[in-house]
Amino acid sequence: MRNLVIAAVLLMAGAMPALAASEDDYKTAFAAADAAEKQASALRNKWTTTETHLAAAKKAAAAGNFDAAVAAARDAEALAKASVFQATSEKDRWKDMEIR
Amino acid sequence: MRMRAILFPAVAALVSGTLACIAASALAAPDKVDPAADAKAFQKYFTDKFPKVKLSDFVNGPYSMNEDMRKQWEEKEEFPPYEFALEAGKEMFGKPFKNGKTYADCFANGGIGIRQNYPYFDQKEGKVVTLELALNRCREANGEAPYSYVKDEMASLTAYMAYTSRGKPMDIKIPNDPRALEAYENGKRYFYTRRGQLNFSCASCHVQSPGQRIRAEILAPALGILNAMPIYRSEWSGMGTISRRFVSCNSQTRAVPLEPQSDEYRDLEYFLSYVSNGLPISGPGARP
Repeated sequence: MRNLVIAAVLLMAGAMPALAASEDDYKTAFAAADAAEKQASALRNKWTTTETHLAAAKKAAAAGNFDAAVAAARDAEALAKASVFQATSEKDRWKDMEIR
Repeated sequence: MRMRAILFPAVAALVSGTLACIAASALAAPDKVDPAADAKAFQKYFTDKFPKVKLSDFVNGPYSMNEDMRKQWEEKEEFPPYEFALEAGKEMFGKPFKNGKTYADCFANGGIGIRQNYPYFDQKEGKVVTLELALNRCREANGEAPYSYVKDEMASLTAYMAYTSRGKPMDIKIPNDPRALEAYENGKRYFYTRRGQLNFSCASCHVQSPGQRIRAEILAPALGILNAMPIYRSEWSGMGTISRRFVSCNSQTRAVPLEPQSDEYRDLEYFLSYVSNGLPISGPGARP
């Protein structure tokens, strides 16, 4: 009987849809991406793909699709952070490629 | 014996201390900026990599690396695709501004045969001045609106000015001014720094891979790459300036390009032109 109850609870949990993202989730995700992109901008090293994802996030949010908006904003944040890492690591690493 | 026992550790300590100091100073010393040595090494790299290509032929970009492309280009030069821009540039150059002055009033030797001296370091301004920038400054000083830096009128004007300088060796000077050396070094850093999502530097294509294909294109060597500017590019279906070349290269690596004539691009042009000193001006050029 106990096993049956546990199995029923697990089945119900599995059948429930994941919670949809809210506007607040989007705002939080976008703010994080925007902050990372501002850092990249200060380093004069923005990537076109980051900008594309930021624009996609805004467009999805404007259409009320906050799941897509949050996903795009998170991608933008990851790309912006990668561009910041690139600019920082290249500060000295460029010399490895120099013709001497 | 006792004396030797005392002296030996003292001498050993002195020697090891001196060596340590030399090593430390070598580590701490910043790399000395030596543009002349850079240019020599830069040119040697390409002549060693392509021993069959004459030094002066590097200005012909991919045509110096690929025989089939060269034949096609030589035939194309019978009726070069930049001809219309060249004619337009000549006409524009001679046409007076509203105040009666012309471009010739803004440049040494009336603007004829001077392309090889650009860019130069302006010690008053403390910055690099390119030909494109000087042309727009000339326009603004005479009450005219500046042109777009990337194509059309600017490409036509620079095409004409390059044409009057064909065959003259690139002759970029770096004055004895720490700001000029800094601009040169900044340009060098920009050239070798990886950027964009594809993690490419200018050197990734134009130093490591000239003569190789990237998709359908054959990559041009960095040596002499600006001597042929501006260019008619089939890919663009039109003419493009040095600014356009930098902007489009950055975009291709998925980097957001900087604004044309930003300090970085001006410094990059300074570096790239300096290391090509001695190679002839061949612009305007035509590229696939």
